[in-house]
Amino acid sequence: MKDLAQTNTSAPWTEVGKPHPHESAVLHVCGTANYTDDLPELQGTLHAALGLSTQAHAKINNINLDAVRAAEGVVAVFAAKDFPGTNECGPIIKDDPILADGKVEYVGQPVFVVVAHSHDQARRAARLAKIDYDNLTPILHPRAARDAESYVLPPMSLSRGDARQALEKAPNRIQGSWQVGGQEQFYLEGQIAYAIPKEANGMAVMCSTQHPSEMQHIVAHALAIPSHSVQVECRRMGGGFGGKESQSGLWAAAAALCAFHLKRPIKLRADRDDDMMVTGKRHEFHYDYDVAYDEQGLILGARFEMVSRAGFSADLSGPVATRAVCHVDNTYYLSDVDIRAMCGKTNTQSNTAFRGFGGPQGAILIEYVIDEIARLLGQDALDVRKLNFYGRNDAEGRNVTHYGQKVADNVIHELVAEIEASSSYRARRLAINEFNAQSPVLKKGLALTPHKFGIAFNVTHLNQAGALVHVYLDGSVLVNHGGTEMGQGLNTKVAQVVAHELGVPLSEVRVSATDTTKIANTSATAASTGADLNGKAAQDAARQIRERLSEFAVKTYGGNVVDVRFSDGQIYCNGSSIAFEEVVNKAYFARVQLWSDGFYATPHLQWDSKTMTGSPFSYYAYGAAVSEVIVDTLTGEWKLLRADALYDAGNSLNPAIDVGQIEGAFIQGMGWLTTEELVWNANGKLTTHAPSTYKIPAISDCPEDFRVRLFKNTNVADSIHRSKAVGEPPLLLPFSVFFAIRDAIASVAEGKINPPLTAPATSEAILRAVTAVQTLQSQ
Amino acid sequence: MSGKIRYFFQKQIHQVDNIPTTRTLLQHLREDLHCTGTKEGCAEGDCGACTVVVGEVNNGQLTMKSVNACLQLMPTLDGKAIFTVEDLQIGEDLHPVQQAMVECHGSQCGFCTPGFVMSLWDLYLDREPPCAPLQRKQIDIALSGNLCRCTGYRPIIDAAHKMEQLPRQHFDKNAVLRILNTIEQSETLDYVHAGQHFFAPRKLSDLIALRKTYPQACLLAGGTDIGIWVTKQFRDLGHIIYLGKVVELQQISEENDTLKIGAAVSLDDAYRHICQHYPQELNDLWQRFASLPIRHAGTLGGNVANGSPIGDSMPWLIALGSRVVLHGGAGERELALEDFYLAYQKKDLQADEIVSAVRIPLPRANLIFRTYKLAKRFDQDISAVCAAFSADLVGDRLSNVRIAFGGMAATPKRAQKAEMVLNQQTWNEASLNVAMSALAEDYAPLSDMRASAGYRLQTAQNLLRRFWLETCPDSPLTTQSVNAFASANMNAAEAK
Repeated sequence: MKDLAQTNTSAPWTEVGKPHPHESAVLHVCGTANYTDDLPELQGTLHAALGLSTQAHAKINNINLDAVRAAEGVVAVFAAKDFPGTNECGPIIKDDPILADGKVEYVGQPVFVVVAHSHDQARRAARLAKIDYDNLTPILHPRAARDAESYVLPPMSLSRGDARQALEKAPNRIQGSWQVGGQEQFYLEGQIAYAIPKEANGMAVMCSTQHPSEMQHIVAHALAIPSHSVQVECRRMGGGFGGKESQSGLWAAAAALCAFHLKRPIKLRADRDDDMMVTGKRHEFHYDYDVAYDEQGLILGARFEMVSRAGFSADLSGPVATRAVCHVDNTYYLSDVDIRAMCGKTNTQSNTAFRGFGGPQGAILIEYVIDEIARLLGQDALDVRKLNFYGRNDAEGRNVTHYGQKVADNVIHELVAEIEASSSYRARRLAINEFNAQSPVLKKGLALTPHKFGIAFNVTHLNQAGALVHVYLDGSVLVNHGGTEMGQGLNTKVAQVVAHELGVPLSEVRVSATDTTKIANTSATAASTGADLNGKAAQDAARQIRERLSEFAVKTYGGNVVDVRFSDGQIYCNGSSIAFEEVVNKAYFARVQLWSDGFYATPHLQWDSKTMTGSPFSYYAYGAAVSEVIVDTLTGEWKLLRADALYDAGNSLNPAIDVGQIEGAFIQGMGWLTTEELVWNANGKLTTHAPSTYKIPAISDCPEDFRVRLFKNTNVADSIHRSKAVGEPPLLLPFSVFFAIRDAIASVAEGKINPPLTAPATSEAILRAVTAVQTLQSQ
Repeated sequence: MSGKIRYFFQKQIHQVDNIPTTRTLLQHLREDLHCTGTKEGCAEGDCGACTVVVGEVNNGQLTMKSVNACLQLMPTLDGKAIFTVEDLQIGEDLHPVQQAMVECHGSQCGFCTPGFVMSLWDLYLDREPPCAPLQRKQIDIALSGNLCRCTGYRPIIDAAHKMEQLPRQHFDKNAVLRILNTIEQSETLDYVHAGQHFFAPRKLSDLIALRKTYPQACLLAGGTDIGIWVTKQFRDLGHIIYLGKVVELQQISEENDTLKIGAAVSLDDAYRHICQHYPQELNDLWQRFASLPIRHAGTLGGNVANGSPIGDSMPWLIALGSRVVLHGGAGERELALEDFYLAYQKKDLQADEIVSAVRIPLPRANLIFRTYKLAKRFDQDISAVCAAFSADLVGDRLSNVRIAFGGMAATPKRAQKAEMVLNQQTWNEASLNVAMSALAEDYAPLSDMRASAGYRLQTAQNLLRRFWLETCPDSPLTTQSVNAFASANMNAAEAK
């Protein structure tokens, strides 16, 4: 990266910071935005479907595919032995076969892939296999995995201070166990890959993926061809949420395998049920905690143990657990802690990334503990939360995280104070108490929860990005970058950044498909870093072009390079204003390079995975929310009456998109903690594998009174235009919904008993907790 | 005998004779016509990404209804008009629905968007100005069948309001009507593909005759369940007899204190009529019965004939003492609905018989009646428990107590023990408690992914308590005091 002139922020006209609509909004509403399945199919295209394991854990004795081959329309069937290269799609640990080889480790594991003339024929044929299994004992629960010490990775631990001593001499101590469930990503567009064989053993794969480079590597390795022979392209996804980070690999590789052997274009599109049966989800977490606190509720020491449902292979379970460990503090200073995290190997889908990536599972534990402590002390949980906040600065102290990073940008005190006031938290608390006193069946609850979320990939080397900016002779601009568009508005933000740098209207800038032949070795669009990394890389590329154009303009029109301004589609140089297009044209004839690459690597990051210490994050994104619910104590039904959220997006690149991300994350996180329940039966089969049984929030679940605002702030870190990431952190805002429900349940016993409520708080879980509180109260 | 499926789409009449009888509209649009604006999200009518609007002629009028393209079998579209997201834009101009979605940031990933746009368009068409501003409840109903995983819905709700503030775009229903009238309707469509017939008779007598000839044929009405047999279970349906064109089955009439609803009347139309008589008791269930596109396609007769133990109509129909009308070779007969269900998926229905109507008693003096649905989610969810209670209450004395539940047994089933302990009793907490205990003898529910047996039984009992709280002679509570959703609505109204 070159050291170039600073952004000309004095320019009177700018695209950054404006609430532009999503760059594809018009295409979306017209149905003309193409997703992978919408691309015109090439002549000779065939369709594939996966044959899935019906057993949770078994040795495969024999696979009889005769009936599959004989089925109408079937062209070929491939299995593990047919990979020219490695049958492997694990993103970090190589324990993840694309097609099961000799054994199956969960119900739904792909065993073979069948190719037919139509999608329907392939799906029908895939069910006709006769597989002879020797069943082995499955492990179906994370706690059972821990008891058996069955892990996909070695346990990890982090400690600071002396938690043991703090606990032993504690004035108060609370111990317990708790759990939060997993969550299906439920991207509306299912997994899909369209593999097209190219000359000289080449392979092009159109794929719905957050990680084109990884798809490229998996396909190259599976086919035993060099990466330069594999092109992976993704224009847009119909949602990703982490589910298309590593787990799109299986589909890309299976489609490519068929295309490689048959020399025909192959489309592999997952039916919703297959998608949910095959792919991993958010990790369910089980916790044991032991926490010391004083009479005011200040936490003095804590011991946490967490075991996640990793599923049958490692996938991203390690980094997810790391982020959980790094977020168990949330906004609170933990002086003496001892944390142990384990990734339980279970015979279920291999769990993976999902928005928040373990962060929510870490942070909600401390929120639960504080909620417990507050009720034991008879205090408002908000006061206990405030008491435990990180210090504002060095003078106050208490501002270094348990993993050793200094919290240098703490705004949680001001942010929470603002929302406490704007939501009338205290007045509503009184009104709710009054309501509950005279309402025998329905009870209201209220909660305010804060969050702090570390921004950057925990693993330092992933924090890099590349971009390519082309300026054409008509003045139009094409941008490529390594990030992927899954609806989060990344391409809109990057286009705004480039338009701003070149001083051209946003309409002149187009961001095209992510393509491994344009930007090499990209990181996944994940960890909320999309705009931070790719925005900076694109800015770097655009600035290089601007620099060259400035130098050329000065040569042509006179003046000084530092005085040249790019704004409003004009270049202002030496007192004259020339159309951007005209300067570009002249520069071309003068043989000036009108395109550039750009690169960015986030500075000042450091992480030691062995000791789990360092400064892994570039900065923190803060937020808080207040939720009010009403709960029916006869049925466990509930409704969110009002939600207020305040989020720190720094100097927002696009407030409309950022508010959209916050609201979307809020409702999605609320679904995780309430209606979205994954149920496996006694044989380890997922029984909630379609929207008929797995219930994500629907329109009535959006509260009628929903007030989302951006907190006025500027990023302390030198991020892209001092903005802050917005993808994942707001998923923590609906913790307030869960704790408001718990508050309402507790009101059954005047708030004196801690309701044993686990997540997801389905109506059934709520009624169970209500009944438990009533029983405890009557004892 | 037409032999061809003829439908109007994108300014022309299409004639199709080479697709399987079970080809879905979604497959046809995407794979045969390469119109890829309409998306597949689940292929089971639960996500709404494939929502389209279908126009058809009813009594000389054009009706336009949003439906899930993934569940509509192509031959059922014979004589109808299909509108997809590709139809809305006129030239360069976005339709107000589309414009509002753009301006309100109603799309993020955009995959669900065409479905939302079509549901909103259906709502837009229903609202000929001048009309009062849209209420949130109306928007929720219109979009109850569309899932969005990105936005959290707020901007889409804003777009629904916004679309009505933009200059109105007129839709010429008469033009479509004229075109559909040119598609000549034969007596009975007999569409054949690969030896499998799809019959669409237009007269009840023809239907009965066909049923006699093809007693094994699959009877198809709205297809909201049968569509899933095709897309998810790959069942071979064999010959199909479609009830959707039979004129007699579309009738709604009031006779002798009963409301008679023909078997092919859509769920939404059926509930609209029923709720005119039982607004307080059934409005909530109407909104919570599946989604609007499912209610547009599905029929009350189909719900009853299917007889699923978790269907939402049967408990209240049984509690009210409704009767089912059957037609067969031997003529017409009628029986109490509860007697129709013999065992799991087994009905008192002869091979040549069909369900032709349901007869529902109209409200009477002294009737107390409530129905309650419990599910994980408010919108578009299958019941864990669906309860219905009815009785005559004179003074504080109960009679004619009828209690029925869905989700508690292998069939929709009455709670005879609980009814017995309440009949001729005083409606007080003591009798309530005895009846709640009796429910434990009436039912032995199962545990599944929707709820545990324990939750089902506990809430069945608690819902009886809710019924008592709402109807007890001494100081009954309002619905808003015992129902979180009703209370939330009141809360929202106050906030405004």
